[in-house]
Amino acid sequence: MSTDSSVKASNWRLVEVGRVVLVKKGPSSGKLAAIVEIIDNKRVLIDGPETGVPRQAFSLGHVVLTPLTFDLPRGSRTSTVSKKWIASNVTEKWTSSSWAKKIAQLERRSALTDFERFQVMVLRKQKRYAVKKAIAKA
Amino acid sequence: MLAFKEYQVIGRRLPTESVPEPKLFRMRVFAPNEVVAKSRYWYFLQKLHKVKRSSGEIVSVNVISEAHPTKVKNFGVWVRYDSRSGTHNMYKEIRDVTRVGAVESLYQDMAARHRARFRSIHILKVVELEKTADVKRPYIKQFLTKDLKFPLPHRIQKSSSIFAYKRPSTFY
Repeated sequence: MSTDSSVKASNWRLVEVGRVVLVKKGPSSGKLAAIVEIIDNKRVLIDGPETGVPRQAFSLGHVVLTPLTFDLPRGSRTSTVSKKWIASNVTEKWTSSSWAKKIAQLERRSALTDFERFQVMVLRKQKRYAVKKAIAKA
Repeated sequence: MLAFKEYQVIGRRLPTESVPEPKLFRMRVFAPNEVVAKSRYWYFLQKLHKVKRSSGEIVSVNVISEAHPTKVKNFGVWVRYDSRSGTHNMYKEIRDVTRVGAVESLYQDMAARHRARFRSIHILKVVELEKTADVKRPYIKQFLTKDLKFPLPHRIQKSSSIFAYKRPSTFY
């Protein structure tokens, strides 16, 4: 056992200008926005012109940081945010992430009708049967 | 928490035959509603001039709304407050998007640090600090550094369900 240990800082997502966040509360809940300016340790100014989030001060407690960032000057106006957002393909990057896919799936599943839920159940049964069959063969 | 508004209150002494057009006094007051705004107006005006509510009238009351409510500003606030043992003057700095928001958090801060209530606080002046060199307090200066970034290292994800099948992860 060696006595020296190396301490490495965790790979935290940082609160910074240009960080893409997912809004969790309020009327814009579920939409993406970008941090435009840091007000203090608990609040930031967010703006999401491409997703329909109005520019506003927002509590960091009501927001989740995503791994996405893009280059943004501090305190940029809405039009600049929009331009830079499009230039760095934030929406595409987000929709291709497994997190966004999971949210989309969750929404689809909760919107299913009773019959559709039955169809899902049948399909899952079929999938399970196929998988078990393949495993038994191997 | 009280939702404050900034009111502009204009009042004067009641006109008399000798003074048919008395001097108008304008004041910007932070208050939760118009009634409190007018009350505070008379309270402060009595201290400044020889005018009373019974011998005066309010000419107009209107709300001052923020000109740029999506611009982050640094505010300097001069406060006078009565503590349990005396009266103190104080200067504080607040970073917010609106004057009203800054004053709201000032009242919260005064209540938290000094147990001072609304009735024992006088807001003397609220000024927007336009130059970063004018910012004096280190707790505001820390947010003015270039390329500021920080993690949120410890978070508890709130769950709406009563029972959880595993302990919450605080990593964020």
